[in-house]
Amino acid sequence: MTSLAGTNTAETDTAGLLAEELEEGLAKSTRDDPEYLSWDSKARRTITVYIPLAIFVIVLLFPFYWMAITSIKPDYEMYDYKQFTPFWVHSPTLANIKKLLFETEYPRWLMTTMGIATAATFLSVGASVLAAYAIERLRFRGAQHVGLLVYLAYLVPPTILFIPLATLIFQFGMFDSPLALILTYPTFLIPFCTWLLIGYFKSIPYELEECALIDGASRLQILRRITLPLAVPGLISAGIFAFTLSWNEFIYALAFIQSTEKKTVPVAILTELVTGDVYQWGSLMAGSLLGSVPVAIIYSFFVEYYVSSMTGAVKE
Amino acid sequence: MDAATIDATVRFVPNRQHSWIGRLFDNKSFLVFLCMLPTIGLLVVFLTYPLGLGLWLSMTDTTIGQRGEFIGLENFWSLFDDPVFWGAVWYTIFYTAVATAGKFLLGLWLAMLLNHHLPFKAFIRAIVLLPWIVPTVLSSIAWWWIYDPQFSIISYVFVNVLHWRETYFDFLGTPWPARWSLIVANVWRGIPFVAITLLAGLQTISPSLYEAALLDGATAMQKFRRITVPLLMPILSVALTLSVLFTFSDFQLVYAITRGGPFNSTHLMATLAFQRAIPGSQLGEGAAIAVAMIPFLIAATLLCFFGVGRRKWQQGGDND
Repeated sequence: MTSLAGTNTAETDTAGLLAEELEEGLAKSTRDDPEYLSWDSKARRTITVYIPLAIFVIVLLFPFYWMAITSIKPDYEMYDYKQFTPFWVHSPTLANIKKLLFETEYPRWLMTTMGIATAATFLSVGASVLAAYAIERLRFRGAQHVGLLVYLAYLVPPTILFIPLATLIFQFGMFDSPLALILTYPTFLIPFCTWLLIGYFKSIPYELEECALIDGASRLQILRRITLPLAVPGLISAGIFAFTLSWNEFIYALAFIQSTEKKTVPVAILTELVTGDVYQWGSLMAGSLLGSVPVAIIYSFFVEYYVSSMTGAVKE
Repeated sequence: MDAATIDATVRFVPNRQHSWIGRLFDNKSFLVFLCMLPTIGLLVVFLTYPLGLGLWLSMTDTTIGQRGEFIGLENFWSLFDDPVFWGAVWYTIFYTAVATAGKFLLGLWLAMLLNHHLPFKAFIRAIVLLPWIVPTVLSSIAWWWIYDPQFSIISYVFVNVLHWRETYFDFLGTPWPARWSLIVANVWRGIPFVAITLLAGLQTISPSLYEAALLDGATAMQKFRRITVPLLMPILSVALTLSVLFTFSDFQLVYAITRGGPFNSTHLMATLAFQRAIPGSQLGEGAAIAVAMIPFLIAATLLCFFGVGRRKWQQGGDND
């Protein structure tokens, strides 16, 4: 390990990690930290933790950076790596975004996607709350088996369903209508939300409901006044999950929607903006970026709910 | 939370005389029926029935706009002689195996890095999840641009910055580079989910176990093999099952970047099924390819689920 100490200074002074590390070291010395019991030197930590972590973060975020930087580059910069270094933008322009917003139907696609995702989310969360409540709280005979069946439904991938669903949608006369997506998205949203909410209902003490029963509340009153208010964080995370999943859905939207103005953002970008042999990378990247922003915003507001319920859902 | 519950309980108005509707809702069977109705209804109509319908379609010669006749297993026999289909089967298995291995090795590493005491840990954890949050198709388009034959940023770095190569990479123009490029993009997208899930598992491992191991003189490798891995197994098997399932049935990434090309070399079973069924309008044949995925999916699920480790709570039971 002494040989590593030599490389330490060169490695750390680059990213200003040193200051953070010192700070952390101070904080750590006051904590009863099991890791600190080992021979955990600063050099070792830099090599084994900070550098790999920095590489991970850079690799995971680079495509987004590349997306962002491409969307504000003028064309003459984008295709001329000799004169302009591609990693930076010299004269940023909003032309790509302007073109996207005013010369294509992008705003309309955004609204359509928003509408479909919202409707599918409300439908799925509503159905899931009732189902999760019945499975977890009404404790009817066979509830465990019904729960298992709903869980199994989550394991059926949309890619084996879309062909028969397309014929079904056609028979119902819903082809090329947003209703087709609003009604089919719950097939993968409901199992997920139900699963998540069952876990959440488990954490609410059953005694609260028993008290209410003794006080003379009806089952509906219990659900409305006790269980639901307590399950609000669970409902929020189920809602976020459902919204992001329906925003990201692709194959149903690709197969069931035909007319340009009714397409959702992911499908429209791929089928409407990719035309001919010359790709308009600037507008494509701007479209991808703008299409990612709504989910990223929602996610950033509720990231704690998201992470805890994601891990919670897996643990349950 | 406590204050809220007490508040809610106190506000009850004792009410013995419920209306008939209240009494009806107190009937447990009726209530169960009512609560399960939307879920069961939607799932049966749009999930169970299409599954059956898919089986039926795979045995007909249905095309778009024309009802098919029952033709038995003919679709399957013709697929059996179809090299493109076998190529897709082979690449789907390869893609799933390699991408899953990559995701789990790198994901586990990232999870262990994030399990250290770090500055801005919550922030790092949040941004690391981004590839998983953003719509796959949109990030795939970014990868498509990164893999561009003329303006690839990766080629630029290798040729113009590092001078390791003379020519630009041809990422998507030839079969093998295209296959690997897709796998890299899939691993990139999958790492966050694996890392955050395994991080949750790592955080449940009691630090005293590591302290005890340290006192007994265990090396880092021994601690990893004897403590971390066994205690991660339950959560690992769930994450592995889901990951294998969704990688095997992947569609978006391949469809967005290569659409199965060049020369059908990167078709997954799902993209081939789409290709034949919707643009090719052979619904029956597409359904047969989709049905052919089912045995693989079941085998993969059972293998991950029972092979890696089986716990009661994976089926919704108690954790013991």
